[in-house]
Amino acid sequence: MYDMKALYEALSVEDAIALRIEHPEAQIIAGGSDVLVQMREGRRAGKELISIYMIDALRGVSIDEAENLRIGSLTSFSHITRDPLIQRYCNVLGEAVDQVGSPQIRNVGTIGGNTCNGVTSADSASTLHAWEAIVELTGRGGVRRVPIKDFYIKAGTVDIKPDEIQTAILIPKASYENTCGHYIKYGLRNAMEIATLGCSVNVRLSADKQTIERCRIAYGVAGPVPMRCPSAEAVANGAKPTKALARDFARAVLDDINPRDSWRASKAFRQHIAVEMAKRALAESVKLAGGELA
Amino acid sequence: MSQYKLIHCTINGKEVEKMVDVRASLTDMLRDDYHLTSVKKGCEVGECGACNVLIDGEAFNSCIYLAVWAEGKHIETLEGLLSPEGELSDIQRSFVEETAIQCGFCIPGFIMTAVEILNTGKLYTDDQLRRLLSGHLCRCTGYENIFRAVKKTMYRRHGKPIDF
Ligand SMILES: Cc1cc2nc3c(=O)[nH]c(=O)nc-3n(C[C@H](O)[C@H](O)[C@H](O)COP(=O)(O)OP(=O)(O)OC[C@H]3O[C@@H](n4cnc5c(N)ncnc54)[C@H](O)[C@@H]3O)c2cc1C
Ligand code: FES
Ligand code: FES
Repeated sequence: MYDMKALYEALSVEDAIALRIEHPEAQIIAGGSDVLVQMREGRRAGKELISIYMIDALRGVSIDEAENLRIGSLTSFSHITRDPLIQRYCNVLGEAVDQVGSPQIRNVGTIGGNTCNGVTSADSASTLHAWEAIVELTGRGGVRRVPIKDFYIKAGTVDIKPDEIQTAILIPKASYENTCGHYIKYGLRNAMEIATLGCSVNVRLSADKQTIERCRIAYGVAGPVPMRCPSAEAVANGAKPTKALARDFARAVLDDINPRDSWRASKAFRQHIAVEMAKRALAESVKLAGGELA
Repeated sequence: MSQYKLIHCTINGKEVEKMVDVRASLTDMLRDDYHLTSVKKGCEVGECGACNVLIDGEAFNSCIYLAVWAEGKHIETLEGLLSPEGELSDIQRSFVEETAIQCGFCIPGFIMTAVEILNTGKLYTDDQLRRLLSGHLCRCTGYENIFRAVKKTMYRRHGKPIDF
Protein backbone atom coordinates (compact mmCIF):
# COMPACT_ATOMS: atom_id res chain seq x y z
CA MET A 1 0.00 0.00 0.00
CA TYR A 2 1.17 3.46 -0.80
CA ASP A 3 1.02 6.22 1.75
CA MET A 4 -1.39 8.25 -0.35
CA LYS A 5 -4.03 10.65 0.92
CA ALA A 6 -6.38 10.39 -2.05
CA LEU A 7 -6.36 9.48 -5.74
CA TYR A 8 -8.33 11.36 -8.38
CA GLU A 9 -8.53 9.72 -11.78
CA ALA A 10 -8.76 11.68 -15.00
CA LEU A 11 -10.09 9.90 -18.09
CA SER A 12 -9.71 12.90 -20.40
CA VAL A 13 -7.60 16.05 -20.60
CA GLU A 14 -10.70 18.07 -19.56
CA ASP A 15 -11.09 15.87 -16.46
CA ALA A 16 -7.45 16.43 -15.60
CA ILE A 17 -7.76 20.21 -15.86
CA ALA A 18 -10.94 20.22 -13.76
CA LEU A 19 -9.24 18.05 -11.13
CA ARG A 20 -6.18 20.34 -11.11
CA ILE A 21 -8.42 23.31 -10.34
CA GLU A 22 -10.49 21.41 -7.77
CA HIS A 23 -7.48 19.95 -5.91
CA PRO A 24 -4.65 22.49 -6.06
CA GLU A 25 -2.54 20.51 -3.57
CA ALA A 26 -2.65 17.31 -5.59
CA GLN A 27 0.30 16.12 -7.69
CA ILE A 28 0.09 14.62 -11.15
CA ILE A 29 1.01 11.00 -11.65
CA ALA A 30 1.60 9.63 -15.17
CA GLY A 31 3.49 6.31 -15.32
CA GLY A 32 4.49 6.79 -11.68
CA SER A 33 8.09 5.58 -12.04
CA ASP A 34 9.29 8.74 -10.28
CA VAL A 35 6.20 9.57 -8.23
CA LEU A 36 5.53 6.13 -6.72
CA VAL A 37 9.19 5.57 -5.90
CA GLN A 38 9.31 8.96 -4.14
CA MET A 39 6.07 8.14 -2.33
CA ARG A 40 7.59 4.87 -1.16
CA GLU A 41 10.75 6.67 -0.05
CA GLY A 42 8.64 9.13 1.97
CA ARG A 43 9.45 12.19 -0.12
CA ARG A 44 5.88 12.36 -1.42
CA ALA A 45 4.25 10.51 1.47
CA GLY A 46 0.67 11.42 2.37
CA LYS A 47 0.03 13.38 -0.84
CA GLU A 48 -3.06 13.53 -3.01
CA LEU A 49 -2.51 12.36 -6.58
CA ILE A 50 -4.25 13.09 -9.86
CA SER A 51 -3.72 10.11 -12.15
CA ILE A 52 -3.59 10.90 -15.85
CA TYR A 53 -2.30 7.43 -16.78
CA MET A 54 -5.67 6.26 -18.15
CA ILE A 55 -5.98 9.12 -20.70
CA ASP A 56 -5.32 7.04 -23.82
CA ALA A 57 -5.76 10.09 -26.06
CA LEU A 58 -2.31 11.24 -24.83
CA ARG A 59 -0.56 8.16 -26.22
CA GLY A 60 1.02 7.77 -29.64
CA VAL A 61 3.15 9.50 -32.24
CA SER A 62 1.82 11.33 -35.30
CA ILE A 63 2.59 14.09 -37.78
CA ASP A 64 0.28 17.08 -37.16
CA GLU A 65 -1.15 19.57 -39.66
CA ALA A 66 1.93 21.81 -39.36
CA GLU A 67 4.13 18.75 -40.07
CA ASN A 68 5.48 18.65 -36.52
CA LEU A 69 6.36 15.25 -35.18
CA ARG A 70 3.88 15.03 -32.31
CA ILE A 71 4.53 12.73 -29.35
CA GLY A 72 1.67 12.37 -26.87
CA SER A 73 2.94 13.00 -23.35
CA LEU A 74 1.91 9.56 -22.07
CA THR A 75 3.74 7.66 -24.81
CA SER A 76 6.02 5.16 -23.11
CA PHE A 77 9.72 4.92 -23.92
CA SER A 78 9.38 1.48 -25.51
CA HIS A 79 6.57 2.70 -27.76
CA ILE A 80 8.66 5.71 -28.83
CA THR A 81 11.60 3.46 -29.73
CA ARG A 82 9.39 1.11 -31.75
CA ASP A 83 7.44 3.86 -33.52
CA PRO A 84 7.98 4.00 -37.31
CA LEU A 85 7.69 7.83 -37.46
CA ILE A 86 10.31 8.22 -34.74
CA GLN A 87 12.55 5.75 -36.52
CA ARG A 88 12.18 7.68 -39.73
CA TYR A 89 12.43 11.29 -38.52
CA CYS A 90 14.10 11.32 -35.13
CA ASN A 91 15.77 7.97 -34.64
CA VAL A 92 18.13 9.35 -32.01
CA LEU A 93 15.21 10.04 -29.65
CA GLY A 94 14.17 6.38 -29.88
CA GLU A 95 17.76 5.35 -29.17
CA ALA A 96 18.12 7.79 -26.26
CA VAL A 97 14.98 6.63 -24.46
CA ASP A 98 16.00 3.01 -25.09
CA GLN A 99 18.81 3.68 -22.61
CA VAL A 100 16.46 4.43 -19.72
CA GLY A 101 16.63 2.04 -16.75
CA SER A 102 15.43 -1.38 -17.83
CA PRO A 103 12.87 -2.90 -20.22
CA GLN A 104 10.14 -2.79 -17.56
CA ILE A 105 10.86 0.87 -16.76
CA ARG A 106 10.76 1.66 -20.48
CA ASN A 107 7.30 0.08 -20.69
CA VAL A 108 5.90 2.27 -17.92
CA GLY A 109 7.91 5.52 -18.03
CA THR A 110 6.53 8.31 -20.19
CA ILE A 111 8.20 11.12 -22.09
CA GLY A 112 5.91 13.58 -20.28
CA GLY A 113 7.18 12.38 -16.91
CA ASN A 114 10.77 12.46 -18.15
CA THR A 115 10.48 16.18 -18.96
CA CYS A 116 8.01 17.38 -16.28
CA ASN A 117 10.28 16.04 -13.53
CA GLY A 118 12.77 18.77 -14.48
CA VAL A 119 15.67 16.38 -14.01
CA THR A 120 18.95 17.12 -15.81
CA SER A 121 19.89 13.44 -16.19
CA ALA A 122 16.63 12.50 -17.94
CA ASP A 123 17.67 10.48 -20.97
CA SER A 124 15.24 12.20 -23.37
CA ALA A 125 16.10 15.74 -22.29
CA SER A 126 19.35 16.44 -24.13
CA THR A 127 17.96 15.11 -27.40
CA LEU A 128 14.77 17.17 -27.02
CA HIS A 129 16.94 20.26 -26.44
CA ALA A 130 19.13 19.47 -29.41
CA TRP A 131 16.05 19.11 -31.63
CA GLU A 132 14.49 22.34 -30.31
CA ALA A 133 11.37 20.53 -29.17
CA ILE A 134 8.22 22.44 -28.27
CA VAL A 135 6.32 21.52 -25.14
CA GLU A 136 2.54 21.62 -25.41
CA LEU A 137 0.60 22.37 -22.24
CA THR A 138 -3.16 22.35 -21.95
CA GLY A 139 -5.07 24.26 -19.28
CA ARG A 140 -8.31 26.07 -18.62
CA GLY A 141 -7.50 28.73 -21.23
CA GLY A 142 -6.55 26.25 -23.95
CA VAL A 143 -3.20 25.21 -25.37
CA ARG A 144 0.15 26.90 -24.68
CA ARG A 145 3.35 26.06 -26.50
CA VAL A 146 6.75 26.63 -24.92
CA PRO A 147 10.22 25.99 -26.37
CA ILE A 148 11.84 23.23 -24.33
CA LYS A 149 14.67 25.58 -23.32
CA ASP A 150 12.19 27.88 -21.55
CA PHE A 151 10.17 24.99 -20.13
CA TYR A 152 13.00 24.20 -17.69
CA ILE A 153 13.12 26.86 -14.98
CA LYS A 154 15.58 25.31 -12.54
CA ALA A 155 16.51 21.84 -11.30
CA GLY A 156 13.25 20.03 -10.57
CA THR A 157 11.04 22.95 -11.65
CA VAL A 158 9.38 23.36 -15.03
CA ASP A 159 6.87 25.83 -16.44
CA ILE A 160 3.50 24.18 -15.75
CA LYS A 161 0.70 26.42 -14.48
CA PRO A 162 -1.56 25.17 -11.66
CA ASP A 163 -4.40 24.35 -14.08
CA GLU A 164 -2.24 22.71 -16.76
CA ILE A 165 -0.91 19.34 -17.75
CA GLN A 166 1.63 18.61 -20.44
CA THR A 167 -0.18 17.05 -23.40
CA ALA A 168 2.48 16.63 -26.10
CA ILE A 169 6.04 17.19 -27.20
CA LEU A 170 6.49 18.47 -30.73
CA ILE A 171 9.57 18.22 -32.90
CA PRO A 172 9.28 20.90 -35.60
CA LYS A 173 9.92 19.99 -39.21
CA ALA A 174 12.69 22.62 -39.25
CA SER A 175 14.52 20.40 -36.74
CA TYR A 176 13.97 16.92 -38.13
CA GLU A 177 14.05 17.58 -41.86
CA ASN A 178 17.10 16.00 -43.44
CA THR A 179 18.75 15.76 -40.02
CA CYS A 180 20.58 12.89 -38.32
CA GLY A 181 21.71 12.66 -34.75
CA HIS A 182 23.40 10.51 -32.14
CA TYR A 183 23.10 10.24 -28.34
CA ILE A 184 25.79 8.98 -26.00
CA LYS A 185 25.02 8.13 -22.38
CA TYR A 186 27.99 7.77 -20.09
CA GLY A 187 27.07 5.63 -17.12
CA LEU A 188 28.90 3.51 -14.60
CA ARG A 189 27.06 0.41 -15.75
CA ASN A 190 25.19 -0.57 -18.89
CA ALA A 191 21.67 -0.90 -17.48
CA MET A 192 19.70 0.51 -14.55
CA GLU A 193 21.92 3.52 -14.39
CA ILE A 194 21.39 7.26 -14.29
CA ALA A 195 23.65 9.15 -16.71
CA THR A 196 26.90 10.58 -15.40
CA LEU A 197 26.66 12.70 -18.52
CA GLY A 198 24.45 12.55 -21.63
CA CYS A 199 25.32 14.16 -24.96
CA SER A 200 23.08 14.50 -28.01
CA VAL A 201 24.33 15.88 -31.33
CA ASN A 202 22.61 16.28 -34.69
CA VAL A 203 23.67 17.65 -38.06
CA ARG A 204 22.26 18.59 -41.42
CA LEU A 205 24.76 18.31 -44.26
CA SER A 206 24.71 20.05 -47.62
CA ALA A 207 23.70 17.94 -50.65
CA ASP A 208 27.35 17.25 -51.51
CA LYS A 209 28.05 16.33 -47.83
CA GLN A 210 30.94 18.83 -47.77
CA THR A 211 29.38 21.38 -45.40
CA ILE A 212 27.66 21.14 -42.06
CA GLU A 213 24.69 23.40 -42.71
CA ARG A 214 23.34 23.11 -39.19
CA CYS A 215 24.61 21.51 -36.03
CA ARG A 216 22.97 21.20 -32.61
CA ILE A 217 24.43 19.85 -29.40
CA ALA A 218 22.93 19.51 -25.93
CA TYR A 219 23.90 17.84 -22.67
CA GLY A 220 22.23 16.38 -19.63
CA VAL A 221 24.07 16.57 -16.26
CA ALA A 222 26.36 19.33 -17.55
CA GLY A 223 24.46 21.81 -15.41
CA PRO A 224 21.38 21.98 -13.17
CA VAL A 225 19.08 21.60 -16.18
CA PRO A 226 19.70 20.15 -19.64
CA MET A 227 21.47 22.68 -21.90
CA ARG A 228 22.47 23.53 -25.45
CA CYS A 229 26.02 24.60 -26.33
CA PRO A 230 25.83 27.72 -28.50
CA SER A 231 29.62 28.22 -28.68
CA ALA A 232 30.23 24.73 -29.98
CA GLU A 233 27.33 25.00 -32.44
CA ALA A 234 28.77 28.26 -33.79
CA VAL A 235 32.08 26.51 -34.49
CA ALA A 236 30.38 23.75 -36.50
CA ASN A 237 27.67 25.69 -38.33
CA GLY A 238 28.73 26.23 -41.94
CA ALA A 239 32.04 24.43 -41.46
CA LYS A 240 33.55 21.56 -43.40
CA PRO A 241 33.19 18.22 -41.61
CA THR A 242 36.84 17.48 -40.81
CA LYS A 243 38.63 15.85 -37.89
CA ALA A 244 40.15 19.21 -36.97
CA LEU A 245 36.70 20.77 -36.89
CA ALA A 246 35.44 17.97 -34.65
CA ARG A 247 38.28 18.72 -32.21
CA ASP A 248 37.58 22.46 -32.15
CA PHE A 249 33.86 21.84 -31.83
CA ALA A 250 34.38 19.47 -28.93
CA ARG A 251 36.74 21.81 -27.10
CA ALA A 252 34.28 24.68 -27.46
CA VAL A 253 31.69 22.85 -25.34
CA LEU A 254 33.81 23.75 -22.31
CA ASP A 255 32.79 27.40 -22.83
CA ASP A 256 29.16 26.40 -22.44
CA ILE A 257 28.82 23.63 -19.90
CA ASN A 258 28.96 23.89 -16.15
CA PRO A 259 29.01 20.43 -14.58
CA ARG A 260 29.45 19.90 -10.86
CA ASP A 261 31.18 17.49 -8.53
CA SER A 262 28.95 14.70 -7.31
CA TRP A 263 29.44 11.24 -5.88
CA ARG A 264 29.05 9.85 -9.39
CA ALA A 265 31.89 11.88 -10.91
CA SER A 266 33.96 15.00 -10.43
CA LYS A 267 33.51 18.19 -12.39
CA ALA A 268 36.89 17.67 -14.05
CA PHE A 269 35.95 14.16 -15.13
CA ARG A 270 32.64 15.34 -16.56
CA GLN A 271 34.42 18.09 -18.49
CA HIS A 272 36.90 15.56 -19.81
CA ILE A 273 34.29 13.11 -21.06
CA ALA A 274 32.08 15.93 -22.37
CA VAL A 275 34.76 16.80 -24.93
CA GLU A 276 35.25 13.21 -25.98
CA MET A 277 31.51 12.56 -26.20
CA ALA A 278 30.95 15.66 -28.34
CA LYS A 279 33.65 14.53 -30.75
CA ARG A 280 32.29 11.00 -31.06
CA ALA A 281 28.65 12.05 -31.29
CA LEU A 282 29.51 14.55 -34.04
CA ALA A 283 31.49 11.95 -35.99
CA GLU A 284 28.62 9.48 -35.75
CA SER A 285 26.01 12.10 -36.71
CA VAL A 286 28.01 13.09 -39.79
CA LYS A 287 28.29 9.42 -40.72
CA LEU A 288 24.56 8.85 -40.28
CA ALA A 289 23.95 11.89 -42.50
CA GLY A 290 25.97 10.23 -45.26
CA GLY A 291 29.19 12.20 -44.78
CA GLU A 292 32.60 11.49 -43.32
CA LEU A 293 35.06 13.49 -41.22
CA ALA A 294 37.88 14.28 -43.62
CA MET B 1 -10.33 7.53 5.20
CA SER B 2 -10.13 4.64 2.81
CA GLN B 3 -11.05 5.06 -0.81
CA TYR B 4 -12.05 2.12 -3.01
CA LYS B 5 -12.73 1.57 -6.67
CA LEU B 6 -14.37 -1.26 -8.57
CA ILE B 7 -12.14 -2.55 -11.36
CA HIS B 8 -12.57 -5.12 -14.13
CA CYS B 9 -9.72 -6.91 -15.84
CA THR B 10 -8.58 -10.36 -16.88
CA ILE B 11 -6.02 -12.24 -14.82
CA ASN B 12 -4.45 -15.23 -16.53
CA GLY B 13 -7.31 -15.28 -18.99
CA LYS B 14 -10.09 -15.14 -16.44
CA GLU B 15 -12.39 -12.12 -16.21
CA VAL B 16 -12.49 -10.68 -12.74
CA GLU B 17 -14.12 -7.78 -10.91
CA LYS B 18 -12.73 -6.44 -7.66
CA MET B 19 -13.07 -3.59 -5.20
CA VAL B 20 -9.54 -2.31 -4.72
CA ASP B 21 -8.08 0.17 -2.28
CA VAL B 22 -6.75 3.04 -4.41
CA ARG B 23 -3.52 2.97 -2.38
CA ALA B 24 -2.79 -0.62 -3.45
CA SER B 25 -0.08 -1.50 -5.91
CA LEU B 26 -0.80 -4.16 -8.51
CA THR B 27 1.54 -6.43 -6.50
CA ASP B 28 -0.68 -5.94 -3.44
CA MET B 29 -3.77 -6.82 -5.44
CA LEU B 30 -2.33 -9.89 -7.15
CA ARG B 31 -0.86 -11.32 -3.96
CA ASP B 32 -3.46 -10.38 -1.37
CA ASP B 33 -6.69 -10.66 -3.34
CA TYR B 34 -5.74 -13.41 -5.80
CA HIS B 35 -3.00 -15.29 -3.91
CA LEU B 36 -0.73 -15.16 -6.95
CA THR B 37 2.41 -15.51 -4.88
CA SER B 38 4.73 -15.85 -7.86
CA VAL B 39 4.58 -12.05 -7.83
CA LYS B 40 7.31 -11.27 -5.31
CA LYS B 41 7.94 -8.22 -3.19
CA GLY B 42 11.63 -7.47 -3.56
CA CYS B 43 12.74 -3.86 -3.61
CA GLU B 44 9.26 -2.37 -4.23
CA VAL B 45 10.87 0.57 -6.04
CA GLY B 46 11.14 -0.78 -9.57
CA GLU B 47 14.74 -1.94 -9.48
CA CYS B 48 14.82 -5.71 -9.07
CA GLY B 49 12.07 -7.11 -11.31
CA ALA B 50 10.84 -9.70 -8.78
CA CYS B 51 7.27 -8.37 -9.06
CA ASN B 52 7.25 -8.40 -12.87
CA VAL B 53 4.01 -9.36 -14.68
CA LEU B 54 2.72 -8.93 -18.21
CA ILE B 55 0.10 -6.25 -18.84
CA ASP B 56 -1.37 -6.44 -22.33
CA GLY B 57 1.68 -8.47 -23.30
CA GLU B 58 4.34 -6.04 -21.97
CA ALA B 59 6.49 -6.53 -18.87
CA PHE B 60 5.80 -4.19 -15.94
CA ASN B 61 7.12 -4.08 -12.40
CA SER B 62 3.80 -4.40 -10.57
CA CYS B 63 5.23 -2.79 -7.41
CA ILE B 64 5.23 0.61 -9.10
CA TYR B 65 1.90 0.20 -10.87
CA LEU B 66 -1.36 1.20 -9.21
CA ALA B 67 -3.94 -1.57 -8.87
CA VAL B 68 -6.65 0.77 -10.20
CA TRP B 69 -4.74 1.01 -13.49
CA ALA B 70 -5.56 -2.66 -14.09
CA GLU B 71 -8.99 -1.54 -15.31
CA GLY B 72 -9.62 -3.09 -18.74
CA LYS B 73 -6.18 -4.74 -18.91
CA HIS B 74 -5.08 -8.31 -19.52
CA ILE B 75 -2.74 -9.36 -16.77
CA GLU B 76 -0.59 -12.47 -16.83
CA THR B 77 1.49 -13.95 -14.05
CA LEU B 78 3.69 -17.02 -13.89
CA GLU B 79 0.73 -19.07 -12.64
CA GLY B 80 -0.92 -18.55 -16.02
CA LEU B 81 1.86 -20.35 -17.88
CA LEU B 82 0.87 -23.83 -16.70
CA SER B 83 -1.19 -25.87 -19.16
CA PRO B 84 -4.69 -26.92 -18.05
CA GLU B 85 -3.17 -30.31 -17.20
CA GLY B 86 -0.68 -28.59 -14.95
CA GLU B 87 2.35 -29.06 -17.20
CA LEU B 88 5.19 -26.57 -17.32
CA SER B 89 5.58 -24.35 -20.38
CA ASP B 90 8.66 -24.60 -22.62
CA ILE B 91 10.41 -21.65 -20.96
CA GLN B 92 9.81 -23.07 -17.48
CA ARG B 93 11.16 -26.46 -18.60
CA SER B 94 14.29 -24.79 -19.95
CA PHE B 95 14.88 -23.08 -16.60
CA VAL B 96 14.73 -26.50 -14.93
CA GLU B 97 16.94 -28.18 -17.55
CA GLU B 98 19.58 -25.47 -17.36
CA THR B 99 19.52 -25.40 -13.53
CA ALA B 100 18.75 -21.72 -13.81
CA ILE B 101 17.03 -21.67 -10.41
CA GLN B 102 18.58 -21.60 -6.97
CA CYS B 103 16.43 -19.94 -4.29
CA GLY B 104 13.88 -19.06 -6.98
CA PHE B 105 12.88 -15.64 -5.70
CA CYS B 106 13.77 -13.76 -8.89
CA ILE B 107 12.65 -16.49 -11.30
CA PRO B 108 8.95 -15.70 -11.87
CA GLY B 109 9.93 -12.15 -12.81
CA PHE B 110 12.67 -13.34 -15.16
CA ILE B 111 10.35 -15.86 -16.79
CA MET B 112 7.63 -13.29 -17.47
CA THR B 113 10.19 -11.01 -19.15
CA ALA B 114 11.35 -14.05 -21.12
CA VAL B 115 7.76 -14.60 -22.26
CA GLU B 116 7.60 -11.03 -23.59
CA ILE B 117 10.94 -11.54 -25.35
CA LEU B 118 9.97 -14.91 -26.86
CA ASN B 119 6.56 -13.68 -27.99
CA THR B 120 8.16 -11.10 -30.28
CA GLY B 121 9.20 -14.08 -32.40
CA LYS B 122 12.62 -12.49 -33.02
CA LEU B 123 15.95 -14.25 -32.85
CA TYR B 124 18.11 -11.96 -30.71
CA THR B 125 21.88 -11.87 -30.49
CA ASP B 126 23.50 -12.66 -27.13
CA ASP B 127 24.14 -8.98 -26.47
CA GLN B 128 20.55 -8.04 -27.27
CA LEU B 129 19.26 -10.82 -25.06
CA ARG B 130 21.43 -9.73 -22.13
CA ARG B 131 20.14 -6.18 -22.50
CA LEU B 132 16.54 -7.40 -22.61
CA LEU B 133 17.08 -9.33 -19.38
CA SER B 134 18.80 -6.46 -17.61
CA GLY B 135 15.77 -5.41 -15.54
CA HIS B 136 16.15 -8.30 -13.11
CA LEU B 137 18.45 -8.91 -10.19
CA CYS B 138 19.37 -12.43 -9.12
CA ARG B 139 21.48 -12.84 -5.99
CA CYS B 140 22.07 -16.58 -6.50
CA THR B 141 22.71 -17.86 -9.99
CA GLY B 142 25.23 -15.51 -11.57
CA TYR B 143 22.78 -15.06 -14.47
CA GLU B 144 24.58 -17.36 -16.92
CA ASN B 145 22.17 -20.29 -16.59
CA ILE B 146 19.19 -17.96 -16.77
CA PHE B 147 20.58 -16.51 -19.97
CA ARG B 148 21.11 -20.02 -21.38
CA ALA B 149 17.57 -21.08 -20.50
CA VAL B 150 16.07 -18.12 -22.36
CA LYS B 151 18.40 -18.50 -25.32
CA LYS B 152 17.71 -22.21 -25.57
CA THR B 153 13.94 -21.67 -25.63
CA MET B 154 14.30 -18.95 -28.25
CA TYR B 155 16.37 -21.24 -30.47
CA ARG B 156 13.97 -24.15 -29.96
CA ARG B 157 11.02 -22.03 -30.97
CA HIS B 158 12.89 -21.11 -34.14
CA GLY B 159 13.70 -24.78 -34.76
CA LYS B 160 17.43 -23.95 -34.71
CA PRO B 161 20.26 -25.87 -33.10
CA ILE B 162 21.75 -24.03 -30.10
CA ASP B 163 25.32 -22.77 -30.20
CA PHE B 164 26.16 -21.59 -26.68
C1 LIG C 1 14.43 1.75 -11.52
C2 LIG C 1 14.33 3.05 -12.25
C3 LIG C 1 15.30 3.39 -13.19
C4 LIG C 1 15.23 4.59 -13.88
N1 LIG C 1 16.19 4.88 -14.81
C5 LIG C 1 16.11 6.03 -15.52
C6 LIG C 1 17.08 6.32 -16.54
O1 LIG C 1 18.00 5.56 -16.79
N2 LIG C 1 16.95 7.48 -17.23
C7 LIG C 1 15.93 8.35 -16.99
O2 LIG C 1 15.86 9.37 -17.67
N3 LIG C 1 15.01 8.11 -16.04
C8 LIG C 1 15.07 6.97 -15.30
N4 LIG C 1 14.14 6.71 -14.32
C9 LIG C 1 13.16 7.75 -13.97
C10 LIG C 1 11.78 7.65 -14.62
O3 LIG C 1 11.51 6.36 -15.12
C11 LIG C 1 11.63 8.63 -15.76
O4 LIG C 1 11.91 9.93 -15.34
C12 LIG C 1 10.23 8.59 -16.39
O5 LIG C 1 10.25 9.30 -17.59
C13 LIG C 1 9.15 9.19 -15.52
O6 LIG C 1 7.93 9.10 -16.24
P1 LIG C 1 6.60 8.67 -15.50
O7 LIG C 1 5.50 8.72 -16.48
O8 LIG C 1 6.79 7.41 -14.79
O9 LIG C 1 6.50 9.90 -14.49
P2 LIG C 1 5.77 10.11 -13.10
O10 LIG C 1 6.51 9.47 -12.01
O11 LIG C 1 4.31 9.79 -13.21
O12 LIG C 1 5.91 11.72 -13.02
C14 LIG C 1 7.17 12.36 -12.95
C15 LIG C 1 6.95 13.85 -12.67
O13 LIG C 1 6.38 14.52 -13.78
C16 LIG C 1 5.08 15.03 -13.50
N5 LIG C 1 4.27 14.71 -14.68
C17 LIG C 1 4.29 13.52 -15.36
N6 LIG C 1 3.55 13.61 -16.48
C18 LIG C 1 3.04 14.87 -16.51
C19 LIG C 1 2.20 15.57 -17.44
N7 LIG C 1 1.76 14.98 -18.58
N8 LIG C 1 1.87 16.84 -17.17
C20 LIG C 1 2.34 17.45 -16.05
N9 LIG C 1 3.15 16.85 -15.14
C21 LIG C 1 3.49 15.57 -15.36
C22 LIG C 1 4.66 14.37 -12.19
O14 LIG C 1 3.84 15.21 -11.43
C23 LIG C 1 6.01 14.13 -11.52
O15 LIG C 1 6.44 15.28 -10.88
C24 LIG C 1 14.17 5.50 -13.62
C25 LIG C 1 13.18 5.15 -12.68
C26 LIG C 1 13.25 3.94 -12.00
C27 LIG C 1 12.18 3.58 -11.01
S1 FES D 1 9.75 -5.54 -6.20
FE1 FES D 1 9.12 -4.53 -7.97
S2 FES D 1 10.98 -4.15 -8.99
FE2 FES D 1 11.64 -4.92 -7.10
S1 FES E 1 17.61 -17.69 -7.83
FE1 FES E 1 17.81 -16.70 -5.92
S2 FES E 1 17.63 -14.60 -6.45
FE2 FES E 1 17.67 -15.57 -8.35
